[in-house]
Amino acid sequence: MSIMQEDTQQDKPQFSASAMKQVEEIFSRYPDERRASALMPVLHLAQSEFGGWLSRPALDYVAEVVGVAPIRCYEVATFYTMYNLKPVGKYHVQVCTNIACWLCDSDNVVKVLEDKVQAKMGGTTQDNRFTLSEVECLGACINAPMMQVNDDYYENLTADRVAEIIDRLP
Amino acid sequence: MSSKVQILFKNIHKKDSHTYKVARDGGGYKQAEKALNMSTEDVIDEVKRAGIRGRGGAGFPAGLKWSFIPKDNSRAKYLVCNADEGEPGTCKDRDIIRYAPHLLIEGMIIAAFAVGAERGYIYIRGEFVKEAKILEKAIQEAKENGFLGDKVGGKNFRFELAVHRGAGAYVCGEETGLIESLEGKKGQPRVKPPFPANIGLWGGPTVINNVETLSSIPSIIENGGDWYGKLGVEKSSGTKLFSISGHVNKPGNYEVELGIPMKTLIEEYAGGVRGGWDNLKGVIPGGASSAVLPKEVCETVTMDYDAIAKAGSMLGSGAMIVMDKSVCIVRAIERLSRFYRHESCGQCTPCREGTGWLSQIMTRIESGKGVEDDIDLLLSIGNNIAGKTICALGDAAVGPVSGSIKAFRDEYIYHVEHGRCMVG
Repeated sequence: MSIMQEDTQQDKPQFSASAMKQVEEIFSRYPDERRASALMPVLHLAQSEFGGWLSRPALDYVAEVVGVAPIRCYEVATFYTMYNLKPVGKYHVQVCTNIACWLCDSDNVVKVLEDKVQAKMGGTTQDNRFTLSEVECLGACINAPMMQVNDDYYENLTADRVAEIIDRLP
Repeated sequence: MSSKVQILFKNIHKKDSHTYKVARDGGGYKQAEKALNMSTEDVIDEVKRAGIRGRGGAGFPAGLKWSFIPKDNSRAKYLVCNADEGEPGTCKDRDIIRYAPHLLIEGMIIAAFAVGAERGYIYIRGEFVKEAKILEKAIQEAKENGFLGDKVGGKNFRFELAVHRGAGAYVCGEETGLIESLEGKKGQPRVKPPFPANIGLWGGPTVINNVETLSSIPSIIENGGDWYGKLGVEKSSGTKLFSISGHVNKPGNYEVELGIPMKTLIEEYAGGVRGGWDNLKGVIPGGASSAVLPKEVCETVTMDYDAIAKAGSMLGSGAMIVMDKSVCIVRAIERLSRFYRHESCGQCTPCREGTGWLSQIMTRIESGKGVEDDIDLLLSIGNNIAGKTICALGDAAVGPVSGSIKAFRDEYIYHVEHGRCMVG
């Protein structure tokens, strides 16, 4: 059983013309004969282009674009935590609960979030608006507790601020 | 010892300090220009004399690292900046990147020139999306102003620089794990030797330095290695950024000379311990991998490599996690053990299995189901991990557990005897 989503219903996705331009820019950062180094940045791009996660057909497509064997792409995609191998909600809310945040009461941030969006850590709301994840240290320890919503950091959190941030998301 | 020398944070309070214009007006890239007029041997010599030790955690002398790069060699050489800031408690490099990216780029130009690297990468942790954009913008500006590209500073020296984002793996902070990741693979560390100075990125000689180390280089070129060497204390020269988090009134990143008493740093810079100094329980002095020091030790210990090592811990990345008396040490360490279990890359059996065991037994004790033998079992597992793995992640997982048992064994015993914590 694969830990990747076998989404056979889904057609193989394709980069738009503007995304392909970004791929070319990524390739230019590495010597031509070292194209495999572009795998991670192209996976990041694919994830943001294809709805926040990477299906099996998306991984096959990235392997083809970069020119590596599909297994190399699966290895990388499963090793790193930032590649989502299952669909996530519109807003992926990641709460740090590692030591510095925990000392500053990240437990309460977790609780407020779970109550607020009505989902448990690791779960997605029924309307697919929020996915909640508990994550390891995100490197903002002096501003603990903190959370990340998609690409954005929110630091020095309080219960009120967490609720306000969630309410203000478009 | 004057404690007010600012090297890294000198200009960060200026408006738009991250822009080329503000950096240049503040003297930015002048030291790169100076270095390009020196011989490569002289540049390395200044850095050696400065005695600066790697700021990422391992503390290896940077000048010595550079000198290991073979000279008479036709293979392409590389310079890599380690910006994979992931050691829990550490968030200093982020501030350099956000507020002084040109200082880092300037340090990289000098380093690349010294070792003969024509290509460099900044490997930044994947979650730092905004920080990566700031760096990309700064690189673009440096290029436009002739400090990156074919003729750096108008000299016959070529240096290309790019940002490479990670994707969430603590182990990539280990330099060979980082290289694997940069090559587009899983970040599993390599067996050493060969060291990266001989066989690194794409098989070429490679220097890997931390953000803070590289950003300190321009000041060494400006004032000389001897000047830098006089800052701080013997064998711990220079200034250092300390990320102070947890139970202090003013958590933050502070730049001070190495050798400052820990108590002074916490009391005078970080606003003191929440509830006063006497409310202190202990401090993790150098990032999550370093052993916690109890209050008695914190009273007198100084913040330099040797003093912290002598006290039974390590200076590491300089991330101080301060804990007041409300903290249950067992629960704190249980959380860290869960982290190491999650981050073990899985290639060495002692670490892959051992971090799981540590975490499970810590959870058992924390949840009140532990027995007294579990405490020695933890130490025994630790002995079977430490020093028996390819990289230091295994040792890092052991440090917090064995260190906390040494300093707070009574709390562990209370946990197994009463099935709960002694602090409420």
